[in-house]
Amino acid sequence: MAPVDVNALSGTVGYALIFAAIGFGFGSVLEMAGFGDTRKLAAQFYLSEMTVLKVMFTAIVVAAVLLTLASGLGLLDMSRVFVNPTFLPSEILGGLIMGVGFVLGGFCPGTSLVAAATLKVDGMLFVLGGLVGVFLFGESVGSFEPFWLSANLGRFTLPEWLGLSTGLTVLLVVLMALAAFAAAEALERRFGPARPGAQGRPRLAWAGAGALLAASLLLAFRGDPSPDQRWRWLPAAAHQEVTDRAVFASPAEVVALRKDTALRVEVLDLRGEHDFNLFHVGGARRVAPADLVRPAALRRFLDEPPSTITFLTDNGERLALEAWKALRSLGVANVYVLEGGMNRWLELYPVPDCVATREPPLGDDALGYRFAFATGDRLPSAWPELPRSRAFQFPCGGLASRGGEGGEFRWPDHPYKRTVKPKVRSVVKGGCG
Amino acid sequence: MVPTSAPRPYLNPYLAGALLGVVLFLAFFITGGGLGASGALSHIQAGVEKWFAPGHVDRVAYLADMAGGQRNSWDNSGVYMLVGTLLGGLASGLVNRRTRLEIRKGPRVSNGARLALAFAGGVIMAYGARMARGCTSGQALSGGAVLSVGSWAFMFAVFGGGYAVAWFLRRLWT
Repeated sequence: MAPVDVNALSGTVGYALIFAAIGFGFGSVLEMAGFGDTRKLAAQFYLSEMTVLKVMFTAIVVAAVLLTLASGLGLLDMSRVFVNPTFLPSEILGGLIMGVGFVLGGFCPGTSLVAAATLKVDGMLFVLGGLVGVFLFGESVGSFEPFWLSANLGRFTLPEWLGLSTGLTVLLVVLMALAAFAAAEALERRFGPARPGAQGRPRLAWAGAGALLAASLLLAFRGDPSPDQRWRWLPAAAHQEVTDRAVFASPAEVVALRKDTALRVEVLDLRGEHDFNLFHVGGARRVAPADLVRPAALRRFLDEPPSTITFLTDNGERLALEAWKALRSLGVANVYVLEGGMNRWLELYPVPDCVATREPPLGDDALGYRFAFATGDRLPSAWPELPRSRAFQFPCGGLASRGGEGGEFRWPDHPYKRTVKPKVRSVVKGGCG
Repeated sequence: MVPTSAPRPYLNPYLAGALLGVVLFLAFFITGGGLGASGALSHIQAGVEKWFAPGHVDRVAYLADMAGGQRNSWDNSGVYMLVGTLLGGLASGLVNRRTRLEIRKGPRVSNGARLALAFAGGVIMAYGARMARGCTSGQALSGGAVLSVGSWAFMFAVFGGGYAVAWFLRRLWT
């Protein structure tokens, strides 16, 4: 699935050629739009010619519709697409500064390159000024770094902000763009020079607007693809991982990783509150499966460094595997399913008989133990990686029989097959990053 | 009647915008990242600065991130894209007979003033672009298409800043 992992090509000629080809398309279209001419750009701010707004907004909505379509058809993995992180204070201040620079200099960085390439001397001077500007920023950013780095909202998108589906948000953006185009045409008629017959082919423009509207209506109406659909679109390799049980980690492996201070191991418990209170893995958080894939939780997963390993657990494996598939299809890496769930955990690290007794589970997602009372994570079984300590509860002297009071007791080292391999997500930074 | 050296007219803005949208989509689809220009400028600047003051580049976190130690500031996707942008602009300019050594400016401005202001504008624009972590292409276009909240705020700020000073600077352009 797209995008290609271009970072793997880094340092090769192919890598350079891919980006040069994209740049070639970018530069030639900017030139064809007339953006090598500073007067066409500056006119935007004097309402006589709204070319900048028309070109920019058309490009944004066309790209947004195509991206959402490609993602909705399972052709593009949006989680691997770079989304500019949101830092409102520095972005708004930087934008205001750029607005002033735009009117003074008559270009923005991309368009000045095109102007310089077509031998406009003012464009060349602007590019030179740009090199000085980035130099000044590099030398001065140290003095206001706290401001520059403040309020990092990370990958924060409009659908998340508005609480709408991506399709509906794209529809709203298209409608806004079409309204802006109508306003731009009206302003040009009012403030622009008279251009009899210069309207070009309005029928083509109407057709384009109609196509955009139809595509975005379709996207909004269809809604975003369900996790189930996304899972089916994943390449066979992902499905094979489940068949090969490469996504299931033994409780013994979880215990071993919890001893590794270089890793952060998180256990997410997908069971109901009742079972969770009876017994859970030490430090586990209880999360409802539906909350896992909500935008805020998902963003946390995607921003997580590869040293964080997350395990999903259930009484058995069914719920956890479903949740794993949903996360995997949204591009989350470094998540595993606890093999055999809590029932298997309690088998390997049993609680004393006076606390719970085994009984055949009523279903594949039911707890296979009858607890006399709720223990949470206060029993040593919840923390097999820790040496025994007085902080634990020792009900009914149950553990005395397993090794005496002297702290000699250790859980057996259960053998396990290593499945956890921390993976680094490769994400390309935008050209301006 | 029409001399062969006359520049061809520009593309209809909506058609140009649609083409730009397709290029932007392809950039995301192939590489996972959008378009950009100002990031390349800072990589070039950091690369040049490293020739003269490598120790200084290593000490400033912002520069070291691009060119510190063994890092090669020139081997950067944005720099390749910048080369492509220049070539693309030149090619289109040649084909459409618009490549010509000249200065474009408002009707009431002298050549010297235009060049000085273009340079000053470049300084301010690039400073703002680094402040905002992206320019009109990397933030407004690319971030706008992937619906980043910050990019949309940035876009409105650019237009806001421009319109706020446009009236005072009207002698430059009208």
